[in-house]
This record gives sequence, structure tokens and C-alpha cells, in this order.
Amino acid sequence: MLPECDVVFPETVEQALEALSAEGARLIAGGTDLVPNLTRGVSRARVLVSLARLAGLDGLEARGNALHIGARVTLARLARDPTVSALSRAAAMIASPQIRNTATVGGNLCLDTRCVYVNQSELWRGANGFCIKTAGAVCHVVEGGKSCVAASAADLPPVLVALDATIDVASPSGARTIALEQLYSNNGATPLSLAPDQLITAVSVPLDPHTRAAYRKLRVRQAIDFALLGIAVAITLDGDRCASVRVVAGGLAPAPRRVKLDELRGERVDRAFVERVAERAEHAFRPLDNVATDRAWRRAMVPVLVRDAFDELGLSAS
Amino acid sequence: MRRRLCVLTVNGERHERAIAPAATLLEVLREDLGLTGSKRGCDGGECGACTVLVDGEPVLSCLTLALAVEGRAITTIEGVSTDGELHPVQRAFEEQGAVQCGFCTPGMVLSAKALLARNREPSREEVRLALSGNLCRCTGYGRIVDAVQLAAKRMRT
Repeated sequence: MLPECDVVFPETVEQALEALSAEGARLIAGGTDLVPNLTRGVSRARVLVSLARLAGLDGLEARGNALHIGARVTLARLARDPTVSALSRAAAMIASPQIRNTATVGGNLCLDTRCVYVNQSELWRGANGFCIKTAGAVCHVVEGGKSCVAASAADLPPVLVALDATIDVASPSGARTIALEQLYSNNGATPLSLAPDQLITAVSVPLDPHTRAAYRKLRVRQAIDFALLGIAVAITLDGDRCASVRVVAGGLAPAPRRVKLDELRGERVDRAFVERVAERAEHAFRPLDNVATDRAWRRAMVPVLVRDAFDELGLSAS
Repeated sequence: MRRRLCVLTVNGERHERAIAPAATLLEVLREDLGLTGSKRGCDGGECGACTVLVDGEPVLSCLTLALAVEGRAITTIEGVSTDGELHPVQRAFEEQGAVQCGFCTPGMVLSAKALLARNREPSREEVRLALSGNLCRCTGYGRIVDAVQLAAKRMRT
């Protein structure tokens, strides 16, 4: 049961922005992440600004050299769209059919960070003295830690960051377009760089015929579970050589994490190339004990998922 | 907080109730409309026991604000049979022994009904995927998949 709060239903983006400027206002789209967090007291709201009756923000089309996805497009609809296969496959791996029918693309980008010490009942967290993400002063993951390290466990952000996606943000002072990567603050307690009265209206994914991408997700069950680790690989080819390669991980830190791979530009893409990428990724990513799974296993799985992603792209045969 | 008038269309019937603004669809169905077929399992979106159909698509009523689905067609397990006659999916569940404790059954039946509305001949894998958001703590999945396939076969003929 949700704690008592008001709900308003703006019909335009302007009305939504106005409603969001109220004290304690929180945006709710599908609500599949926010509702459980409100129920457990992990998030708080005095008024929920629902997008359920808003007209628009639901377009999904390839226009110019980009795929434009409205923030209210459901994950189920994105999963059926074949334009960017890595993206639709990542969407199809999220949660369950019921949640994908409700949850939105904008909501997935704004998914709250998760931690084994946070996603618990109020009673459990209180017995543990709370932590810096909610009402406490300590971090139970990093001794003496002053900054929250709860993980971004969303599946679309790694793929979208690897594909250099941008987002359109509406605010009372006007609209702007920023790189998706800039949305994330890397502070688990306040993971988004958005002000409370701003909202994402759309995501744009560049379409380049020379770029291929894949996403692999580590989880215990093949449904419902959040990612313990998610690896997105995007590579732009120039013949049989690498023009650029991006590897982005989710499930580790408060923001999607990129590996620096600039020195691999111009290299021939073969099995040795894949091994170098896998090795770099393993060195770059250091999982913490922020989920209920052994961190050594999650780290050992980094190169495995990188290789799987290249296998899926048909780029590791030679 | 003042209560708000909410008009819901459930199983083809119009219901008007004064509810708390942030009441979930599950709360309104169970507490205000007395439709207790939709179960409160985890109340956090992880078990599927509260599954209902909104405009024919399975969603979790424990995560849905009731006010957000005003004007949409809501189907609960109570609205699946017609004139006292069980739906083919329900009949197949009964015959195949796909019901053990029964707590997951309403959600399973609704997810299966939505699948068969868009796919007349699902493979076992497609059935498993369509039911992947519905947990059976008795772990009786094999017979549940059997039942959905039997229902699909009967509905084709």
C-alpha cells in the first residue's frame, strides 16, 4: 500500500512541468520502479505527477539518421521494434511481460539505483541503522564511504550510451538536448542530474549502417531479475578494421560505466582484438558488494559477456 | 487526504467509487469492489499473482494506480468465464492438474488468455515466455504449460 499522497494527471508537457515544480512532487510514468520504492519508503512523494493521460511523447520512428523514441513508449513496444536489434533485445530482457506492458523507456533511463542494503523494508533498513541512500549516515558496502554506491541496474542505458544516444529534456526554461551519459551523476543517492522540475521527453539513437551493437545480461533467473551485470558492446567498422569500439557496463556503479578503448582504433577486428577488449573490460570494472551476489563471480563474468556479445555480432570467428 | 471519485470499467461493468488518490488497482479491486480473485502476493511487482488485463494486455495491478486506468477495459479472473461456463484455459487448468495451492492461478490464466488472443498455436517456449512473469511457488510449471497448450488446441478447433 502506498503512503498517502496526492496524484495529478497533466495532459500536456507544460502542465506536467508546472505540477513538478510543487514541493515533494515526483514524476510517475509506468510506476513499476517507483511504486515499490514508495511502498517501502525508499522514495518519498507528496504528489505524484502521472503521465497516464498526457497526450504525446509516444512516438517511435526512424527519422533522418536517428531512431526517435518518445519517453512514454512502453518497453513491450520497444521490444517489438526491429530498428536497433540490440535495443529491442535489451528491452525484451527487462523484468516480466506484465512490467514491460507498463514500464516506459523514460522510466527505464530514470530507474532508481539499487543496493542490497536499500531495496529492503523500512524495518530491515532501520534495524541496520539505515544508510546514506535513505535516512542514515553510513554506507554498508564501503566502510567509511561518503558517497552512495548503489548500482544502476537498468538495461537500456548501457546500450544507449554505447550507441551515443541523446535525450531531449524539457524544463521551465526551455528544451535542451544532451548526451544520455550526462544524465547520470555517479552518486547513487541522487543518480540523475535532472532537476525535480525537468523531464525527459525523448531519446534519439544515431543510426549508422557501419555500427553493430549487442547486449548481454547476467542474472540468476531468466526473467523478473534485475541485471547483476549488463554489458553493451557497440563497434563501428571500417571494412575489417575497427573505426571505434565502445563497451559500457551496467549493474556495477551508480552510472553506466564505459571502458576507454581509444587505442584500438584502426586495429583489425579478429579473435585477438576481442580478447584485448575483454581483458580491458575485466581490468576496468570492479564490482562492489552492492548486490546479493559474489563480486568475484560478477567480475569474472565481465570478459565472458564481452566475448558473448562479439560472438552475437559474428565478429570473433577469425 | 480527500478521496477522489474513480470510475472503472471492470469485466464490462462500470463501477464508481470514492478512493484514496494513490490507491492501487489491486486495492480497489479487492477492497472496494470485492473482487478478491486478483491476489496480493509480493505487492512489489515480482510474483504476478495480481495480474489483470488492461485493454487485453497483462499488467500488474499492485503497481498500477487505479486512477491511471480510468476509461480502460479491465478484465479480472472473475470476468473470464461466460454464463457460468469456464473459459477453455480454466477448464484445461482443472483437467490437467495445473492448480495446486491455486494462489498463482488467476494471474496464470489471464497471462495465458492474453497469449492465446495473439498467438493461436504457441510453442512450449512461447508459453513459458508469456508466463515468465507469473511465479508458481508450488513449482507446478510443467502442467501449467501443458494446460495452456491443451486450451490452445481446443480453441483452434
